[in-house]
Parts: sequence; C-alpha cells; structure tokens
Amino acid sequence: MNVDQHEFTAALLNPDQATPKGLIDSSGRPAGKRFDVYRNNVVFSLLEAMRTAFPVIEKLLGQELFHAISGDFVRKHPPRLPILMFYGAEFPKFLAAVELLAKSPYLPDVARLELARRVAYHAADVPAINPEALGEIDPEQLMGARFQFAPALHILTSDHPIIDLWNFNMIEDAPVPEPSGQIALISRPAFDPHMAAIGADTALFLTLLIDGQDLTSALEATAQAHPGFDLSAALGIMLQTEIITKIDL
Amino acid sequence: MLDGNTTCPKNIPNKAGVGYKPQHLNSILNNPTAIGWLEIHAENYMGDGGRPIAQLKRLAEQFPISCHGVGLSIGAEGHLDIDHLNRLKKLENWLKPALFSEHLAWSTHDGFFLNDLLPAPYTQQTADTVVAHINQVQDVVGRQMLLENPSTYVMFTESDRSEIEFLRDVAKRTGCGLLLDVNNVFVSATNHGYSPTEYIDAFPLELVGEIHLGGHEIDADDYGDDLLIDSHSRAVVDPVWALFDYTLQKSGPLPTLIEWDNDIPEWEVLASEAVLADAILAKAGAKAAV
Amino acid sequence: MSKTIKALAVASAVAAALTATANTASAAGKEKCFGVSLAGENGCAAGPGTSCAGTSTVDYQGNAWSLVDKGSCVTKMLPGDRMGSLEALTRDVPA
Repeated sequence: MNVDQHEFTAALLNPDQATPKGLIDSSGRPAGKRFDVYRNNVVFSLLEAMRTAFPVIEKLLGQELFHAISGDFVRKHPPRLPILMFYGAEFPKFLAAVELLAKSPYLPDVARLELARRVAYHAADVPAINPEALGEIDPEQLMGARFQFAPALHILTSDHPIIDLWNFNMIEDAPVPEPSGQIALISRPAFDPHMAAIGADTALFLTLLIDGQDLTSALEATAQAHPGFDLSAALGIMLQTEIITKIDL
Repeated sequence: MLDGNTTCPKNIPNKAGVGYKPQHLNSILNNPTAIGWLEIHAENYMGDGGRPIAQLKRLAEQFPISCHGVGLSIGAEGHLDIDHLNRLKKLENWLKPALFSEHLAWSTHDGFFLNDLLPAPYTQQTADTVVAHINQVQDVVGRQMLLENPSTYVMFTESDRSEIEFLRDVAKRTGCGLLLDVNNVFVSATNHGYSPTEYIDAFPLELVGEIHLGGHEIDADDYGDDLLIDSHSRAVVDPVWALFDYTLQKSGPLPTLIEWDNDIPEWEVLASEAVLADAILAKAGAKAAV
Repeated sequence: MSKTIKALAVASAVAAALTATANTASAAGKEKCFGVSLAGENGCAAGPGTSCAGTSTVDYQGNAWSLVDKGSCVTKMLPGDRMGSLEALTRDVPA
C-alpha cells in the first residue's frame, strides 16, 4: 500500500487522523507510535520555534496558555519557508482572533513588535551617514533633499505601551508600563535591534520621508497636521537611531 | 550530473569539527586549535545581514566551513523550491564552503515547511525523483553535494530495496557524494532490527566525504521495543563510538562532525567530544599510514 | 515663510540636532560587537533556527487543547480591567 506525502502530511498535523496504513515496523506491524515520533518532531520543533520567536508573548500569557495557543497556531499556520527566523508573521492576527484574549488587546501589537525586532536583526547591513555630513549640506539644497533609510527601520504604531511592555518583560528593573499608546521606531544601529518611542508628528514626518517626499514637502505636511512639530528633535532622533543611510540632493 | 570534485579554498581536514552554535563563538575564537572545522545550517544564514552573517564571515576567515542544508526537501514528491535553491546558491557563492550536504528526506509539502526530516519509501519512483532533484541542485549551485543517510522510525510497505542500494543508485546517477551519519546508522538499525556493522560493511565508503556523529534518546515503540530518537541532545554513546571506529578501520580517516542541536552544552563538553573523535581519527590515520 | 527663512529654520534645526546627537551616546554604543547580545536582552534576538534533530518529548497530542479548558488560566492571568489587563500583567508576570 502506498503512502503519498499528502496523506503523510495530513496525518502529521492531525493527531485524530489514523496513522497511514502503508507505514510499518520491520515485522510488518502498523507503525503506531513510531509515526507519532514524526508528529511530535513537527509540532514540538515548531512550538520551540514559537517560544524563541515570541518570548514576550510567552511571558505575558504564561507557559501553559502560550503552549496551547501556539499549538493551535503551528497546525493552522505551518511555516511557508524553510527559514524559521521570520516564522510567525500571521501570529498577531491569530492572537487578535482568540476570543479568550479579547481582554488583552495589546497582545497582537506586542507580537508585531517582536516580529519587527527579528526582521531588523536580520536586515541588510547598510551603514548610517556620519551626522556631520548633514551639517555640511547647504540648507537651500537640504530643503529639496530626499532621504534613504536603513533596511532595518520599521515604525509600529500602537494604542498600547508596546515598548514599555517589552522592556518590562525582558529587561531587569524596567519600569512598570503605564496605560498609553506608543509609537515604536525600530532600528539596528549595529547588531542589536533598538527601540525608541517617538511622537505621532515624528512618525508622520518619517513616514513621508520614507515614502520618498523631499524634506520641504514632508516638513510642511507634518507641520500642518502637528503645529508644534519640532524638526530639530525629529532630526536628532533620526541621527541617534542611525537610520539615515544616504541623502540624495 | 557532475563528475569529480570541485576545489575549495579551505579544505576540510580529516579531523573533528563541530556544529556551530552562536553561544560558543567566543570559546571557539579563544581556542582555535580545539577543532579542525565548523559546520553551519544553511537556512540560519539566509537573512540579509546582521550578526549571524557577520559571525559567519569572521569564522570563515579562520576555519574551513561545511554548509549543511536542512530545508531543501530533496525527497519531496513535488518540485524543489526554486527560490530556496537560489538562496542556497547565493550563500554558497559568498561563503564558498569546503563541503555542502543535504538529507535524504523531505520537509516541504504543498508549500508548507514541516521542520522535520521526513522519510520516503525506497522505490524506483522515489529514486528517480531524488536523482532529478540532486541533479538540479548540483546544476544550480554548481558543485557536488553530499547526501546524508537518515534516521528513520517507520518503514514503508512499498519499499522494494535497501537504503544502501537506494543511496548507491542515486550517487551513481548524480555523481553526488555521501555523508555517512554513523549515529543515524545506529538509530535506524536499532529501530528496524538490522545489524549496524553489516550496514557499514555494505556501505559504499569510497563515496563518503564526511561523517556525522551525534547523541540519541531511547524511547519505546507500541510493543516495548527500543525506539531510538535522533535527538542530537546528548553525548555520543559508546556503541556509536565503536561503530565509528569500525567504520574508520575500513574507510580511513574522514572529516567528522559532532552534532549537538538540542540541550546545547557548554563549549568544553562539546570540545571534549571532538577530542574523543580525534583520537579515533588519529588511530585510523596511523593504520592507514602503515 | 519665504524659502530663505525656511532654509534658515532648517539649518538651525540641523545644528541643534547635531549638538544634541554629539552629547548623546549613539544608540549602538561605541563598540559594534558581533559577539554576544546586549546584556539584559534575551539571546533569542535572532529568532528561531533550524532543526535537523528529533525530540523524544511526546508533545504532539494537541487538538484537545480546546482553549475552553484553559479558560480558568486566562481569567487568573488576564483579568480585564481599565487597561485590558495591564495592571494584572505587570503584577503576575515576572520580569
């Protein structure tokens, strides 16, 4: 009796399904528990991948609940790539749909932050400009300049204190999060992801620059939406987080 | 089909190497003579940049590197993932590893990656598919690959040839080499009730370019018989050391890797496994020199 | 604002940003070490890696994890309050 890989896979992911009949031991007896080794390898290895991928979500949910939810997730969303470093892209949406977690609406955004940090960790290495170079540009020219940003840069807007929640769970003696929204600027100045909380004005300004607007257009649009916008503070953040990789004049 | 070997910038010596784990980086750089070479899992170095690739570049300056793929799914019924093959080619192109290997197993089905090395029946149909896949891999990557014998937990009623006949046929038709995992031989032999030394006796050792050693766990099947799990979670056991010794007496010394992927120990523990392997390698080398 | 005045404003913003940056340690710190991760952060920054080994921990039975069974656990760990359950989280979850 032939066992095709479709049948093998279906039985792997569904423990209620019978072991495929063409699988046996060396005496010709049904494979039984021997097949379960593969079931176990698949689910356990993916569960371990989830634990590594979302350590803050695991701490927030507790091991038992995280395990249960991840177990459901890995069966419904096995990896699409043989590269596991980015596994779990569907997890934030999955968490948002778990009814029992409705009272913890910050979980999906914390998961998004964990994903963004991993993406930043593996992003291409492009060195940031020397801050002095910015000061050497003629101001008239700078007005029309467009900026290029590090591949690791990501801006994540949340109604919840995602950076503080991350820090509180991962860094000793980090302060207790206060209820508030936070916008996270994720970058990778060297080899470790870095998070900075930025204002909505800076986030808008950066988003416009990332979209390819020149400095003047981005500045005017931001100042219109946020009359108190402080350009020097925004530029300071851009330099400190080392996200500007090139200025096109 | 490829003929002969391609040359590599840094050849792997017939010494013990270890599977690279980032937590051992400083120990490795501080004790560079403890091991002869390092093996990496290709898929962990397919990001665009950052620390993993920086570390690998640094290590490659000092050590011969072997690139071991775990996600190509060569035993799949379906087509190989061209994107993944190209990622592998990209890595091979900049890293230029001394050895390149993959498994006789499948892990991807219908676009989903199952993260385990799954078994395939030993039939003409599987052999034809595996041959086509290996030819494609060697064409795209542009070099010879080594195919590793798997640890298996089940047999297929439809299998009509032995694992060794299967491997021999595939190697002959593709020009690929073989990676002999001695622990896998021991695990599969125990699980399926055959003699591991007879397996080694029948194995085409002249095609072997690399040996793997690792630890396994002991479980039981439905009938209470030993069911060994290839867990890479502990030290190599004595019967596997003995089988390694037995193999080298026939093959002469070969590049030998200690694999330890779960419950990863302190560097000293891993390095001491390499010392044990080197002692057996030296003994085989002395014999070969006589 | 005229173009010139705007340019002056931009120039002074740049100057202020440069001064501020010069007085602040870069986010990366001075040493760009490719070895160990930053102290205090987890070693999981790289995310999950590959596996070519099996496991003997039998852990696959799992459709039974109807989440309903875990309801009590959720209630204990995540009681709803003003802010979702932030307060409870910060109380229950070890850092």
